[in-house]
Amino acid sequence: MAKQLYYEDVDVGAEVTPLAKIATTRMLVQWAGASGDFNPLHYDEDFGKSQGVSAPIVHGALKRAWLGHLMTDWIGEQGVLKKLSCQYRGMDYPRKMKTMEQPHDGETWWCKGKVSRKYEEGGEHLIECEIWVENGNGEKTTPGSAVVALPSRSKG
Amino acid sequence: MAEASMMTDELKKLIGVPGEAITYKVEEGAIQRYAQAIGDPNPLYNDVEYAARSKHGRVMCPPGFTGWPVKASGVSMFKLVEALVKAGAPPRLLDGGIEYEFLAPIGAGDVLTATTKVADMIEKEGKSGKFLLATVETTFVNQNGEVAVRAQASFINR
Repeated sequence: MAKQLYYEDVDVGAEVTPLAKIATTRMLVQWAGASGDFNPLHYDEDFGKSQGVSAPIVHGALKRAWLGHLMTDWIGEQGVLKKLSCQYRGMDYPRKMKTMEQPHDGETWWCKGKVSRKYEEGGEHLIECEIWVENGNGEKTTPGSAVVALPSRSKG
Repeated sequence: MAEASMMTDELKKLIGVPGEAITYKVEEGAIQRYAQAIGDPNPLYNDVEYAARSKHGRVMCPPGFTGWPVKASGVSMFKLVEALVKAGAPPRLLDGGIEYEFLAPIGAGDVLTATTKVADMIEKEGKSGKFLLATVETTFVNQNGEVAVRAQASFINR
């Protein structure tokens, strides 16, 4: 976890500290078990083809969870994530496994964000961010937004 | 020649009708397995002793996790979409995205009651023809009667 972020530390246009992720076929199976989404589209190539998808695709909800991780790491333990949204615009394909634990070389995904608004409301110090997951080609496959409340230095 | 509307009377009847409420307990192990699946080492999710000493006093859920959902959100949401298909919506389903409001923290041992409904459904025209856009809303109320999370998922049937 990063050190605590305060409202005064953040300006409009500032970058949310980026977070790298590597989706693997193994991770998708782990995610299916942890989230309860057992749609075979995410682990069965033949089923995927029958649905018009060339290979198993990364769960949209996993990318959404990555964006949650991006925000909670950035705001620190005293920050509160108030809203999070994202749209599943582009498909992402996981790296296949080389060994039991290690994937083949390939794509790395980046979760990123930028501060779009800073305001006080109802006694809270709020920051709104544009956030997204981008694939190895720099395409934003999962754009979204987040609102967080941060502690203020002036009010302790 | 006007094409027939996808919005059948059977579909319209489903809008706004809440599904059966489901009550369940959020399990510590389920939270940890979820955090591991994301690859999030945050000690509030993973370290029982650290979490106990935090202001929350217990292992907390990562944002968007509301307990292992066989009995809750994910499944009831997809069941609802199945019901839409039975009522005449086109069968190819795309998960369009989700919008969360986090109103109270959720942690291990909390008892949540989840209720899901189709909040809205509209027919739209895209590049590849008409489709139905359904907004499925799930509300999670905790043991203190507070709304902890409100989630609005978008599903596209085409």
